[in-house]
Amino acid sequence: MLTEALVLSAILFVIGTFGVLVRRNAIIVFLCIELQVNAVNVSFVALSRYLGIDGQLFVFFVMTVAAAENAVGLAIIISIFRHYQTVDVDNFNLLKW
Amino acid sequence: MTLQLASSANLALVLLPEIVLSVAAMVVLLASVRIQKAEADATDRARSLGGLALAGLLAAAVANGWLHWVSPEGEPGMITLDAFGLFANWVFLLGAALTILVSFPYVARQGLQPGEFYALILLATVGMMIMAGTTNLILLFLALETMSIAAYVLTAFHRGERKSAEAGIKYFILGAFSSAFLLYGIALVWGGAGTVDLREIAATVEAGAGFNGLVLAGMGLLGVGFAFKVGAAPFHMWTPDVYEGAPSPSTAFMAAAVKAASFAAFLRVFTEAFSSLYESWYPVVWWMAALTMVVANLIALTQSNVKRMLAYSSLAHGGYLLVGVASANEIATASILFYLLVYTIMTLGAFGVLMIVSEHGESRFQVEDYAGFGASQPLLGVLFTIFLLSLAGFPGTGGFMGKIFLLQGAAESHLWTLAVILALTTVVSYYYYLRVAWYVWMRPAPAGALAAWAPVSVTAVLMGCAGVLIFLGIFPSGLLNGALTAAHGLWLRGLDAGLSGLVR
Repeated sequence: MLTEALVLSAILFVIGTFGVLVRRNAIIVFLCIELQVNAVNVSFVALSRYLGIDGQLFVFFVMTVAAAENAVGLAIIISIFRHYQTVDVDNFNLLKW
Repeated sequence: MTLQLASSANLALVLLPEIVLSVAAMVVLLASVRIQKAEADATDRARSLGGLALAGLLAAAVANGWLHWVSPEGEPGMITLDAFGLFANWVFLLGAALTILVSFPYVARQGLQPGEFYALILLATVGMMIMAGTTNLILLFLALETMSIAAYVLTAFHRGERKSAEAGIKYFILGAFSSAFLLYGIALVWGGAGTVDLREIAATVEAGAGFNGLVLAGMGLLGVGFAFKVGAAPFHMWTPDVYEGAPSPSTAFMAAAVKAASFAAFLRVFTEAFSSLYESWYPVVWWMAALTMVVANLIALTQSNVKRMLAYSSLAHGGYLLVGVASANEIATASILFYLLVYTIMTLGAFGVLMIVSEHGESRFQVEDYAGFGASQPLLGVLFTIFLLSLAGFPGTGGFMGKIFLLQGAAESHLWTLAVILALTTVVSYYYYLRVAWYVWMRPAPAGALAAWAPVSVTAVLMGCAGVLIFLGIFPSGLLNGALTAAHGLWLRGLDAGLSGLVR
């Protein structure tokens, strides 16, 4: 069971990584980062079956941090939308990417 | 004074600097509401709130100084009280205080909300202090995010400025991306070693218990996460853009304190938990150090924008520090701490002058804008030259001594090639630092140029910074001894993994 869960988590993480690297819409990129973080949560929960309840506690910490990060991230996306009227990262070229 | 760590009241005392600073941040936020109404003038607002933030930093510094006299007894929890953490705290507190001191006119002139700005700096500093003091990977993640989230906001703080928003989103996306790697690393290390405590991980790894494959994979991912945070090549692409776009005080703070905190955590994790896996991680760090030094210094040569040049210079200094990480011995660790302190002072000094030349705004960053600066402002010109020389590593300045100690650490571990690269890239870096100095002194000001202005307080702070740099260049031994004590504690713990004795 553990191996399957860890493999699933790895696959989700890779999908998230891939999404961050390929997608150009800031919101989608942001969602892909969430996918990565939640893939890690799957690992934590799966491992906690063998290593004790700690892992499930870590998940709560991670969720809290992710929520705080989301609040700031969305605010930044809104702020950049006000300047550019788009959230496509290819258009943000004032600074050489 | 001994402190029984068994009682939770005493644990709170161990966290005193962090607690004081968190309270100060909230006081600053609350006070900003009142002051917003009471004071009409933006400069007065920035001054009074900045003064409050500085008072908080001073109180935290007093608490941090007091902790030097305390010897803890008993099983430490997730936070340890050791000389390494305390030394790192000095760097962060100094970085935050200097950022606030040199940015008064900027904050007022640009109409930034001073309350939020200073409170975020203080909260980021709290995150850094916990990062340097924790021995628990989950707490490390929380502290790192406390720091990073505050830094994202500081980057995007200038809402009216396009560049600031753009830098903010780039920093946010890549920062969150790298945090995800770090977190995955933590999960895998936990899965492999069955614990998130650094010393217990070291003990498990040394005993050969646990799943080594998972620990190795986790260590690799942690390394990627840290490489992003410290801006090591090839994970450095975000740094120049973010540093150029962010408001100058935020850039100074990120280049100095945020980088220092990432290095402190990097060092602690890799020496305390993974020192027995040195053979597997040192080649990677070796290549990252070499690549960072070469790439950053070569690109910096081509920059005509001084702010962007300083961003590449900050990357290059990260490369020098990575040499210390790769050397992984007591002298190298001490030299990293020494270098971080010197680097914080000289970077903030340079950014302080940059803010003056750019008229406390986001303009006049080109190297041509520095023409005639020395003639119109001789004192500031001299100070700027001292900062540039120290950044370049000229003999007689703190930056030179820092590099000498890093070279010593590398020699101790027989990393001759890295030492040679460090020396050669330093010589290359003279060109782009001295080019700015050349413009300052040798080029006449263009007709009709406005003279830059600086308040007396900022000039006094910059003079203090330059004085300290020269003092450390001539008498480095006092600070170095402090750094050696700090490094000694960390290494002893890394070696005696499994023993819970706190060595100070």
